[in-house]
Amino acid sequence: MSTRVAAAPASDVHTGLLESARRRPVALAAIGLVLAAATLILGVAFGNVSVPIADTIAIIGHRLFNWPQAVTWPQSAETIVLELRLPRVLTAMAVGAALSLAGATYQGLLRNPLADPYVLGTASGAALGAAIGLLIPVQIELLGFGLVNVLAFGGALLAVAVVYRMSRLGSLSSLTAVLLTGYAVGSLLAAGLALTMYVAGNNLRQIFFYLLGSFAQASWPQLVVCLPLIAIGSVIMLSRARSLNALLLGEQTAAHLGLDVRRERLVLLGAATLVTAASVAVSGLIGFVGLVIPHLVRLVVGPNHRALLPLSLIFGASFLALADLIARIPGELPVGVITAIVGAPFFLYLLRRYHAGYDL
Amino acid sequence: MRGAALQVADLELDYGRRAVLQDINFAMAPGAGAALIGPNGAGKSSLLRCVTGLVKPLSGVVRIDGMPVAEIERSTLARTLAVVPGQTVVAFPMRVEELVALGRIPHEHHLLGPREEDRRAVEAAMDRVGIGELRGRDVRELSLGERQLAVLAMAVAQEARILLLDEPTVHLDLRHQVVVMELLKDLSRRDGVTVLAVLHDIALARQFFDRLLLLDHGRLIADGDPAMVLSAENIRDVYGVDPRLVLQVAS
Repeated sequence: MSTRVAAAPASDVHTGLLESARRRPVALAAIGLVLAAATLILGVAFGNVSVPIADTIAIIGHRLFNWPQAVTWPQSAETIVLELRLPRVLTAMAVGAALSLAGATYQGLLRNPLADPYVLGTASGAALGAAIGLLIPVQIELLGFGLVNVLAFGGALLAVAVVYRMSRLGSLSSLTAVLLTGYAVGSLLAAGLALTMYVAGNNLRQIFFYLLGSFAQASWPQLVVCLPLIAIGSVIMLSRARSLNALLLGEQTAAHLGLDVRRERLVLLGAATLVTAASVAVSGLIGFVGLVIPHLVRLVVGPNHRALLPLSLIFGASFLALADLIARIPGELPVGVITAIVGAPFFLYLLRRYHAGYDL
Repeated sequence: MRGAALQVADLELDYGRRAVLQDINFAMAPGAGAALIGPNGAGKSSLLRCVTGLVKPLSGVVRIDGMPVAEIERSTLARTLAVVPGQTVVAFPMRVEELVALGRIPHEHHLLGPREEDRRAVEAAMDRVGIGELRGRDVRELSLGERQLAVLAMAVAQEARILLLDEPTVHLDLRHQVVVMELLKDLSRRDGVTVLAVLHDIALARQFFDRLLLLDHGRLIADGDPAMVLSAENIRDVYGVDPRLVLQVAS
């Protein structure tokens, strides 16, 4: 039995803009990069005190390439652009990229569409760490990092390490058990957080701000510390798209396709957790990015992680930088509120529009 | 057997205190086909898992092309041995062509991804199984029969010389059962693929395979041509039913 039915041309089956986008992931990436560059310029130009877009481009160009050479802008504009806005926008982009990539990885690893970077306890671990850091009256600061950032980073890593050990994720245990363990550990840490907040007194407001997420504290030294962590984790995840593809049909099939499932799980989980921890350490808890962006990209390009991972990274960066810009316009709203307000309805619309129902 | 594609020697397996497989010995030549039959809990799937190397036996050895399976890298093994599970759960929206392309993972470049030869193999596999017209459909919207064909196409795209199947026809209607069995026969005849399939349906097994392996309580009770393996005595002893019932249905 050879060719029973001639292959129908794909264009007969699916037509339209979305389909042509799906066939051209490289073009989508190019569009995404242009969007990211535009977002960067806009994010730096606009704010409390706006700098003209032409001046913004000139200031960045002057600093990077010594072009244009003639300085035609006020010194205050240069300070705003280089010292305040640029690190802030770049941090937002790095965190947006990291959370989106980590979200796509967690979803693929746990084969659960509801997974996000916080699902295995990173959020509650980081929050408890940050809250404890705020209560300790000792002020240590190194490279722009205080006790809060360090404890948040450590708390996130520790929470996932505990979940990993307790659920025996290293063996071929069921994924439901992993998710339930994550939930249980998260709840325990949340109780710790509630207790800490109860005794926090005057620090309560600060803890609250951390929970909502913000880039108001972003600075060059912080960016310089967190960016390499995010870069290392991201390269590891991007280079393992094949492993995530193999895992699409489950651990058994992945093993049959030649994957060392235990090792790949550990490596991918470690990389996703590292970038998540680095992100929450500098920005607090920003929800929805890591859940929505991978889904949006998946709706366009399908489940292949070779396209899904890099596009999630690119579009996640722009999305969070734009959300931060919107948060600044009325004067410092928590950026996590914006990501939810913008992200949730858009996500619901897409789910309805494309009937992307999931088997759960 | 000299030059066997697949050889199982003195295999023993237990899960805790319960013995699952005992004293299993058989070999398959390249291009040979066999159906593994037996009642529920006889150890059929466990035997298949031992052959894939994912379950380590208590003692004994499984050899693929003469090499103990435990000593073969998984990535190398995946180019030689493909497995079709009884049921496939797809968590994300996925098109048929994307599912079939997963079969190329053992061959594609680790970083650069699928190459021209991989794309050709995916097309060829979809043609071979006759699911070209389903290529753009979401796997989760297919009927069980169509989904099983897609998973088979994925295994065909893997271009492995040994194919293991765990009840590939369960849930399928009559037409799809025949399509699947014809395909397996064709793969072993034309491409020299060694096919070992766990089957529940005795009638299907005896019709499409020259060799049956009958497993009961973890032991290989009979191994040979269908007439010999499906003797009235074996059916009464192993399945505990009146042999006339089974043999009438089968003939």
